[in-house]
Amino acid sequence: MAPGPQAQATLAPPAPAFARRTLADRESVLGTLMLAPALAYVILLVGVPFALAILLSFSSATAGSLDFTWAGLRNFAKLLGDPQFHRALGNTLRFMLVSQVLVMVLAVSAAHVLDAAFVGKRVVRSLLLLPWAAPVALASMAWVWIFDSTFSVVNWTLKVLGLLPGWLYWFGEPGLATVAIITVHVWRMFPFATVIVLAGMSVIPQDVREAAVVDGAGFFRRLFHVNLPMLLPVVTVAVVFGVVFTATDFSVVWLLTRGGPYNSTHVLATLAFQRGILGANLGEGAAVALFLLPVLLVAAVVMLRLARRAEVGT
Amino acid sequence: MATLTQPPATEEPTALGYVETRGLSKHFGDVRAVDGVDLCVMEGEFVVLLGPSGCGKTTLMRMIAGLEKPTAGEIYIAGERVDDDVPPRARGIAMVFQSYALYPHKTAFQNIAFPLEAAQVERSTLRRKVQWAAALFGLDRLLDRRPRQLSGGERQRVALARAVVRDPKVFLLDEPLSNLDAKLRAMARFELKQLQRQLGTTTIYVTHDQVEAMGLGDRIAVMDKGKIRQIGTPRDVYDNPADTFVATFLGSPPMNLVEQDEHTLVGFRPEHFLPREVFGEEPDLVTFRLRVREVEYLGSDRLAYGYLEEERRSDQPVIAAVPITITAPLAEGEVYEFAVRRRDLRFFDARTGLRKPAPR
Amino acid sequence: MSGRAAVRVAKRAALYTAAVAFTVFAVFPFYWMFLTAFKQNRDLYVGATNLQHVPWIFNDPPTLDHVRLLFFNTPYLVWVKNTALVGAAVVAITLVVAVPAGYSLARLAGRWGERLGIGIFLTYLVPPTLLFIPFARVISVLGLQNQLGALVLVYPTFTIPFCTWLMMGFFRAVPRDLEEQAMIDGYSRLAVIGKVVLPLAVPGMLTVVIFAFTLVLQEFVYALTFISQVERMTLSLGVPVALVRGDVFYWGSLMAACLITSLPIAVLYSSFIDRFIAGLTAGAVKG
Ligand SMILES: Nc1ncnc2c1ncn2[C@@H]1O[C@H](COP(=O)(O)OP(=O)(O)O)[C@@H](O)[C@H]1O
Ligand SMILES: [Mg+2]
Repeated sequence: MAPGPQAQATLAPPAPAFARRTLADRESVLGTLMLAPALAYVILLVGVPFALAILLSFSSATAGSLDFTWAGLRNFAKLLGDPQFHRALGNTLRFMLVSQVLVMVLAVSAAHVLDAAFVGKRVVRSLLLLPWAAPVALASMAWVWIFDSTFSVVNWTLKVLGLLPGWLYWFGEPGLATVAIITVHVWRMFPFATVIVLAGMSVIPQDVREAAVVDGAGFFRRLFHVNLPMLLPVVTVAVVFGVVFTATDFSVVWLLTRGGPYNSTHVLATLAFQRGILGANLGEGAAVALFLLPVLLVAAVVMLRLARRAEVGT
Repeated sequence: MATLTQPPATEEPTALGYVETRGLSKHFGDVRAVDGVDLCVMEGEFVVLLGPSGCGKTTLMRMIAGLEKPTAGEIYIAGERVDDDVPPRARGIAMVFQSYALYPHKTAFQNIAFPLEAAQVERSTLRRKVQWAAALFGLDRLLDRRPRQLSGGERQRVALARAVVRDPKVFLLDEPLSNLDAKLRAMARFELKQLQRQLGTTTIYVTHDQVEAMGLGDRIAVMDKGKIRQIGTPRDVYDNPADTFVATFLGSPPMNLVEQDEHTLVGFRPEHFLPREVFGEEPDLVTFRLRVREVEYLGSDRLAYGYLEEERRSDQPVIAAVPITITAPLAEGEVYEFAVRRRDLRFFDARTGLRKPAPR
Repeated sequence: MSGRAAVRVAKRAALYTAAVAFTVFAVFPFYWMFLTAFKQNRDLYVGATNLQHVPWIFNDPPTLDHVRLLFFNTPYLVWVKNTALVGAAVVAITLVVAVPAGYSLARLAGRWGERLGIGIFLTYLVPPTLLFIPFARVISVLGLQNQLGALVLVYPTFTIPFCTWLMMGFFRAVPRDLEEQAMIDGYSRLAVIGKVVLPLAVPGMLTVVIFAFTLVLQEFVYALTFISQVERMTLSLGVPVALVRGDVFYWGSLMAACLITSLPIAVLYSSFIDRFIAGLTAGAVKG
């Protein structure tokens, strides 16, 4: 049999001079080089501004000039005596809590509906995602128009149904404005939470889920004793992101009410913008925004614990 | 271990194997995956690493390939030390993974050509070599297919073709047949052996299957818990196991071990343990009385499981493999006289398990 | 027997009712955008007190007037261009930075990789709301006010962490065997990345492109803070802020802009949402 073209070569091995490692082989060096730009970006453009945010809150810096005067705790002291700030802090928590409770109720129910087999499920699922995917600023404008004081379709419909004796000035009244803001938050966040919960439900054994759907009497018992405990880690993720997104949201409140009427619907984010950017008082604005930090810290700790658990679990 | 203290210059290997490891170790935390292995593979030799799963075979092979950095020890290829600074790509090795590791985004042709591209082989030579390798494994018609369009056996052959195509100095094969069904496996074993003879490439082959090991290897290195327990020709490790691990790991059913006294275990293979009458008037026999508990008919053999009446603590059953040509009666529950030739007895230290000479 | 069938029918009905209710709630604003964008003014601006005039449907034939106005008499197309520019630049920066970082965390950084990866992901939780004030300072020091460059500089602060995390997941999914095989086949680690890993990670990179781009399109706070000049605005800033003349909203054109901008993004985003969710819940969901 004719030997292959290389059968010859093995007969007399040349004294091999092995090539040595080069930079392209050194994993630790490559690893560092490849990670460095991302780390640099994060440190320089998240870490440093973050530190600057804290620093600014202790200063009387203004937008116009570059000077940086130490103001100690003056910004914070002023805020603690400021009813508008109290209102904003309260609103931030209120909007967040109410909308998150509603979001989770809606999301868990919507996920159960989507989990059941029915015709058109895929279409419904992708339609449900629209609110989360659409740019929030643009979606907010649609809601501004829906809640318009003269042309509101909500008012028209309520009137026709005979449910509305008077008139609703949605953005003219603090209570109604709050309802409008929470509605938009819920509308925007619940599809996102639904998809996350659905992802979590896919790890619950099929028979358990089916039992929950089929057996009507046991539905709520199963929901609370079987499904929810199993869903807890995923629901936690959904809640953490929901909390972070609503607590730190600026666009919805700003575009719907600009903090009005009579500054009654300001949240920390919009107040910080009003004081820091429009009012040019960077120091005070930074101090306002800093009150978001506890929320974020809690969220970070929860995420870290989840990550640790997953690490141990796998 | 004394050599560790000497300066490196004096450690130049002298007239040695083509692939050699010295005191090679790899620890993963507390796990000693490979623990001080000295292995010497001659040029053109086919050495099989045999051992139970988890004994460190893959880790040892990966260190030779350069995919894993040793915790301690040295590796030489063609007399040159490579463990420290020679990357996998420069070691002149070809490896076939258990998973075949075919590139899913490349056709069979491109898979086989990939190592040649690395070597910047000229286009026409490349085509010729790929076709040669493909022909070697009967892949000519499959070269345009992607891995997912190939059967398990075809994938295995593409992986082998990719390994031989660039004329490596050493083949490293990690259980390359374990994903094939039994019928294909026997065929592939035969072809592999033929191929290695034909190419004459130094080969290290990992398996946990003793039949594969016995059939393929010029020599077999039996591993356990990160250490090489014995290395020798198939015949040698089978007939003269260095310790009780090797004795019981090789052979199916394994060697019988019986306590002779508190210091010594006596070993004999089931196929040497036959009814007394088979041996006729032969001298130098050792006889036992076997109480048969169970008899299995395996076609070519009858396996008799039982206990020795002579043995004091008989919790370990003894097995006799009686060829079907021997018609002596074997009934369950009966006691029979069995015998072994004295030269077929092996003796082991009861404490260390190591082989020791026959007592006078 | 028939009682049980009735219960089943009732359950089906409840299921469909719920599905319809959720869908209506989710889709209603988009339907409203659509109606508004194509209604004639006469049909559009009828006070809600007029109960005879049903706002839910086209009472007059639809019109393209608002769309025409949007395209030819407003800066809409300029904003589209600005958005495309910023988006392309941010996507490019994100790919160049996040892809190598993701690989490094997945394969090269060893035990540190896991920690650093989580650390980088956590920075995704630091919101623009906390950072826009210091950034206002930074941007003015750099002289980038009213420049698209400001957005190009700042947007990667949220695209990079998230996309690094996504890429890390994609790279982990590439079988290690393949990379090691290629290293034995004669390639350095760097060449392996180029010849084997990246071709296999193309779907992952595509996902990163989509997400980086949609995140850019979603962003509002930074744009509002840095950009006040109308010709420098992006879509998500210009449409809500600058499509007003005096105090008058041009609702038809405005809703047309919202619809035309939102729908493609929403469709694109929805088709990739599963990967996004997989990235977010990595760790919380096993398998
Ligand atoms: N990357 C690793 N990290 C930790 N332990 C490992 C790693 N690779 C192998 N081991 C451990 O080392 C031992 C030997 O593994 P391996 O070499 O794969 O055995 P074999 O190939 O003989 O089955 C096993 O106990 C295994 O769990
Ligand atoms: Mg193995």
